[in-house]
Amino acid sequence: MSTTTEPPVTTKPVSGLREFWYYFSVNRGAVIGLTVFAILLICAIFAPWIAPYSPDVQFRDALLKPPVWDAAADPRFLLGTDPVGRDILSRLIHGARFSLFIGFFVVVGALVVGVVLGVLAGYFGGWVDALVMRVMDIILAFPPLLLALVLVAILGPGLFNAMIAIALVLQPHFARLVRAAVMAEKNREYVTAAKLSGAGHIRLMLITILPNCLGPLIVQATLSFSNAILEAAALGFLGMGAQPPTPEWGTMLASAREFIIKAPWVVTFPGLAILITVLAINLIGDGLRDALDPKLKRS
Amino acid sequence: MLTYVLRKLALLLPTILGISICAFAFVRVLPGDPILAMAGQHGVTPERYEILKEQFGYNLPIWQQYFNYLWSVLRGDFGISLATKRPVINEFMTLFPATIELSLSAMFLAVIIGIPAGIFAAVKRGSWFDQFTMGVALTGYSMPIFWWGLLLIIFFSGYLGWTPVSGRIDLTFFLRPITGFMLIDTLLYGNWPAFVSAVRHLILPAVVLGTIPLAVIARQTRSAMLEVLGEDYVRTAKAKGMPPRRVVNVHALRNALIPVVTTIGLQVGLLLGGAILTETIFTWPGIGKWMIDSISKRDYVVVQSGLLIIALIVMAVNLLVDLLYALINPRIRVQ
Repeated sequence: MSTTTEPPVTTKPVSGLREFWYYFSVNRGAVIGLTVFAILLICAIFAPWIAPYSPDVQFRDALLKPPVWDAAADPRFLLGTDPVGRDILSRLIHGARFSLFIGFFVVVGALVVGVVLGVLAGYFGGWVDALVMRVMDIILAFPPLLLALVLVAILGPGLFNAMIAIALVLQPHFARLVRAAVMAEKNREYVTAAKLSGAGHIRLMLITILPNCLGPLIVQATLSFSNAILEAAALGFLGMGAQPPTPEWGTMLASAREFIIKAPWVVTFPGLAILITVLAINLIGDGLRDALDPKLKRS
Repeated sequence: MLTYVLRKLALLLPTILGISICAFAFVRVLPGDPILAMAGQHGVTPERYEILKEQFGYNLPIWQQYFNYLWSVLRGDFGISLATKRPVINEFMTLFPATIELSLSAMFLAVIIGIPAGIFAAVKRGSWFDQFTMGVALTGYSMPIFWWGLLLIIFFSGYLGWTPVSGRIDLTFFLRPITGFMLIDTLLYGNWPAFVSAVRHLILPAVVLGTIPLAVIARQTRSAMLEVLGEDYVRTAKAKGMPPRRVVNVHALRNALIPVVTTIGLQVGLLLGGAILTETIFTWPGIGKWMIDSISKRDYVVVQSGLLIIALIVMAVNLLVDLLYALINPRIRVQ
């Protein structure tokens, strides 16, 4: 008896993960995205060892040097230097730290707040639901970038405040998603069964219901990750995010703006870094959606 | 349908009140005293301070201040800009057409390219065209548009010299605004060179602002078409021997367009946010640039009112989309 029940118990989680990987890896773009993301992550973690120079050191003898493929290049600087002689490649590598950190922090913040509010609204319904959802409606009525700008104006410009503002702006999407999922799940038989066997509200909300809403939540988290990076870069570009000389990509773009005609590479590379990062994460997001959405799986 | 409209409006009321509270609270939660902020670097004498405090109603209880604010907004009085000393609503009215013109042009580009691209990608699912289009769409969707704008300036304005870098029209043309829309005004005056100049100024900003909506619309059209192409009635139409073109254009497209229309409507908030970046890069005199300039100049009266007006516009458009959706899709009304 015990031998017949054992195999399914041990193999089930493995096969679930394997099934997920099967559907994920079918999508070639998703695998490419994941690879690029892994490289970025390594760059971010080991930035001081990978980067040829410190991001802040200024080479006064090499201002605005073009990248190595240009005839006027200085071979010491692979991607050239900026107006005060800092190595662009080193700054980009260090910038990966900021962007990934921003994305991670913002998603965790938005996720926690959004999930708590969404679960409360969906589980209890009634006036709790009405109150939470009206507040979310108010936040969603403002264009995200504008609201983030105004919040930063209140909190004061800076990277940390920008992250708080972006997390607040992205959070309603999580709350709405979780609320809808909880409302769909809460009247299922397994929830009633758990309720009858004496599970309390907290247990029902977090342990019984929430894990079954995870699929769309993961996809939304991925989308928010890339959104957070874009918005933070936009705030940096508008001078309301990370402040110079922080090697944040959006901030680098802002200070390079006046040189766009004279030294296009100063503008090109930071933006390219943002695009590649965001694209990689969105590719992963598409792959996750295909792998986690049962409706698409069948087709 | 009328009850549906009324119910939607009733739901909006608390949100509108909430938005007005947010806009009101904005000036109150700012660090520093609002009157000192208004006075700027010159400062005020204590007597003058008291007079100003009474004049602006800051000595009243906070709830009374809010109701006074709400009342003046309802009468269309949005306050006086600290920087220009002009009524905020007048400034808004002069700048708003520029943003509308830019947004509509961006949306026009996004729709006329995005929908056909999405349809072809869905019909030729898995082909190189599909893969290429969706790759481009995802890249567009991931684009930091402020960088994209700078790249286009480097190439088209710097390298090729085809397009101007900033503004709505060459300064050599001076036309008294009729509608505020440069393209229409220049045509009304029959000034052909001015019209060409306006188009040349508009094209790059419109491309930049339209990039993300274009990507979203193309992706949404494709997935909506794929869903509809698998439906029974499409199979039936095919089985009856209808020409494929008719099946796609009539049976599939009409049904697939319903979610696409909603998506287009929901891009409005995104467009107004994108307008901040686009207008900053191209020095386009619209409300996006107005807002960011006011934030950096600490002109809080403008920021407060701009925030309120923009949120109301977004809500009005979303309501319109909801109603349009209910009109096309009767199932929604009953729920």
